[in-house]
Amino acid sequence: MKTQTADKTKEVANKTEHITGSEAVIKSLIAEGVDVLYGYPGGAIMPVYDELFKFQDQIHHVLTRHEQGAAHAAQGYARISGKVGVAMATSGPGATNLITGIADAQIDSTPLVCITGQVASHLLGSDAFQETDIVGISTPVTKWNCQVTKASEIPAALAKAFYIARSGRPGPVLVDITKDAQISELDFKYEKCVGVRSYKPIPKTNPDSVKAAAELINNAKKPFIVWGQGVILGEAEAELKTVIEKSGVPAAWTILGASALPTSHPLNVGMVGMHGNYAPNKLTNECDVLIAIGMRFDDRVTGDLNTYAKQAKVIHFDIDPAEIDKNVKTDIAVLGNSKESLAMLAEVLNENSHDSWLQKFKDLYKIEYEKVIKDDIEPTKEGLTMGEVLKQINIESEGKAAIVSDVGQHQMIACRYADFNVTKSNITSGGLGTMGFALPAAIGAKMAAPEREVVAIIGDGGYQMNIQELGTIFQTKAAVKIVVLNNEFLGMVRQWQQLFFDKRYASTEMTNPDFVTIAKGYHIQAKRVEKREDLAEAVKEMMASKESYFLEVCVEKEDNVFPMVPSGASVSDIRLS
Amino acid sequence: MNEDIKTFTISVYTENNIGLLNRISAIFQRRHINIESLTTSRSEIDGVNRFVIVVNITETNAKKIVKQIEKQVEAIRAYYHTDDETIFTESCMFKIKSSLLFDEPQIQNIIKESDTRIVTVNREFFVLEKSGRRHEIEALRRDLNVFGIMQFVRSGRIAVTKDEMKVTEVLTAFNNQ
Ligand SMILES: Cc1ncc(C[n+]2csc(CCOP(=O)(O)OP(=O)(O)O)c2C)c(N)n1
Repeated sequence: MKTQTADKTKEVANKTEHITGSEAVIKSLIAEGVDVLYGYPGGAIMPVYDELFKFQDQIHHVLTRHEQGAAHAAQGYARISGKVGVAMATSGPGATNLITGIADAQIDSTPLVCITGQVASHLLGSDAFQETDIVGISTPVTKWNCQVTKASEIPAALAKAFYIARSGRPGPVLVDITKDAQISELDFKYEKCVGVRSYKPIPKTNPDSVKAAAELINNAKKPFIVWGQGVILGEAEAELKTVIEKSGVPAAWTILGASALPTSHPLNVGMVGMHGNYAPNKLTNECDVLIAIGMRFDDRVTGDLNTYAKQAKVIHFDIDPAEIDKNVKTDIAVLGNSKESLAMLAEVLNENSHDSWLQKFKDLYKIEYEKVIKDDIEPTKEGLTMGEVLKQINIESEGKAAIVSDVGQHQMIACRYADFNVTKSNITSGGLGTMGFALPAAIGAKMAAPEREVVAIIGDGGYQMNIQELGTIFQTKAAVKIVVLNNEFLGMVRQWQQLFFDKRYASTEMTNPDFVTIAKGYHIQAKRVEKREDLAEAVKEMMASKESYFLEVCVEKEDNVFPMVPSGASVSDIRLS
Repeated sequence: MNEDIKTFTISVYTENNIGLLNRISAIFQRRHINIESLTTSRSEIDGVNRFVIVVNITETNAKKIVKQIEKQVEAIRAYYHTDDETIFTESCMFKIKSSLLFDEPQIQNIIKESDTRIVTVNREFFVLEKSGRRHEIEALRRDLNVFGIMQFVRSGRIAVTKDEMKVTEVLTAFNNQ
């Protein structure tokens, strides 16, 4: 690898050993502090698995039931631990099965190192058995990738992979290793990568831009903060809180920013975006200064860009210069790590309060409560609602559980109604919207934080996209709580069909199997709830269980999630019904 | 916002690694931008490659593209320039039947007037080479076409900027860190 000349390294083990490439893979992982990895074996990665067998007291391999599950489990692990998640697969179909998880990690900035086996180097390009150009396939969805064809290249490639995955704006990387490289020998010495010439992970924060931002905020009449996952990735929760409290600025969050500030905080005014809260969406188009922190103005957040916050001066804090002016033109860009830039901002902000402006949020919340929330969490109609399930979970968990949600109506309900009192509590597929994410991600999350309650909220559709991971749960005894909100529909798509396609429910109705029997078949405790009077008790029982637990709640078939900003509409045209 | 579409030359300094061409071209592909020409070669700095990419886009898009390119781990720096800010040229070759050189005196005039170089002559064919702006090359091709061209090939644009590109400083700064 020519790159070695341009990379900076730091020696961690200076004694050189003569070992095989596959042993070098394991020793590199151990040197990077990896204690668990998720994967699935096959011909082209067998030498590495053989080594894993020898090192099983030092590094725990979790056999998922599908490589997509391995990638999502590694994501769940990474999202809750803040460490790099590791997934491994064989060549060809094993490698391609990782791709959805890698793409998901890329758009949600999740640090992953994926290791794939590859056919022997003399077979490359010959359409050999289980050969795919995984480096080519994964290029657009990785932060970096490379192919290793010599044993001697393995330590440097993995060192670089871990460095790139975790530094700056994190992301997934893929290292593809040919079988001959795994088998042949090298003089192994592990040196951590501490820099790559062409890569500057964290841009320097310019104090002048911070001052300019502070001046705008200090003089604003109706300032408004929207924060995203950049706060959590930068571990800047405390700094965010200080900024908000000192300036008295109402603050809202994007889906991936959820939980950085407790739900109960008086200046936390809710979620923005398509199914976000009424007030923050409406008032985006009324604020005079919009302060975006570690968020990327996704179209699910902004709606129509031509009408998004046009009246406001925009300040954008981000670690990634490519995000500045990508979607929304900013007046002041503050580059850098949120932990540092927010700390600098807090220094120069005036103590302030914005009571009458904050009152506007409260007034709109009241409207949303009356028109939407009340019926969601305290329904009077007969059918169970998704919202009341979340409310019960909040009660039992005291808002401390990590909520891992899949994709669909239940996801939006989970994000809207779950209490998030601890950071890193909302693990969901934001940017890619990957159905099938939650079940395997919950496994990884639970393994990274065994002391926390991990509750997966999944729809009947998404559950069946990776239902095989029940096997992984059973085998590893990961004590995840699985809640399937069964509406016998691909609910979110059905909602769109109802609202925008004249109720033509094309291929969205689902005839489901007996989920309880399936869970029991995997030796997982299971219960189904059909009536309101049984809900509280069932949730209590689930949360009290020390083991994994499956709870199916049969909810109203045709409930909708509101508020809603219809696709392409302005955020202030948010609908309450 | 109706911004003008202009010709931009995008210069990218990169590490000399396999796969970068893919990464960089994918950025254009994702945004549905057609690449007019692409040249890659080593640069003035040892171990550093340079891409010269010509595209017709708006300046706003050029800015965004450059940022996305720089975001790639192994891209060192990317710049965009208008035609006015660069000195640029393309190069081309024509393979023509040797008999024409003697039978068609007009060809000799064309060669002289167009500042074209004869690379080789043998019994069967001779080869002409010319560097210049696209329209000069096109004019030459039109002139020669009447007599018959056995093969024609044109390179992508190569360009240097009138102003300094501070990529060396970037590298020095890193190496001293
Ligand atoms: C892999 C994948 N395929 C398709 C979609 C499109 N999609 C988004 S939400 C949804 C319906 C989800 O249904 P379900 O899991 O039952 O959850 P619900 O909306 O009913 O809560 C679909 C099909 C997707 N997001 N991901």
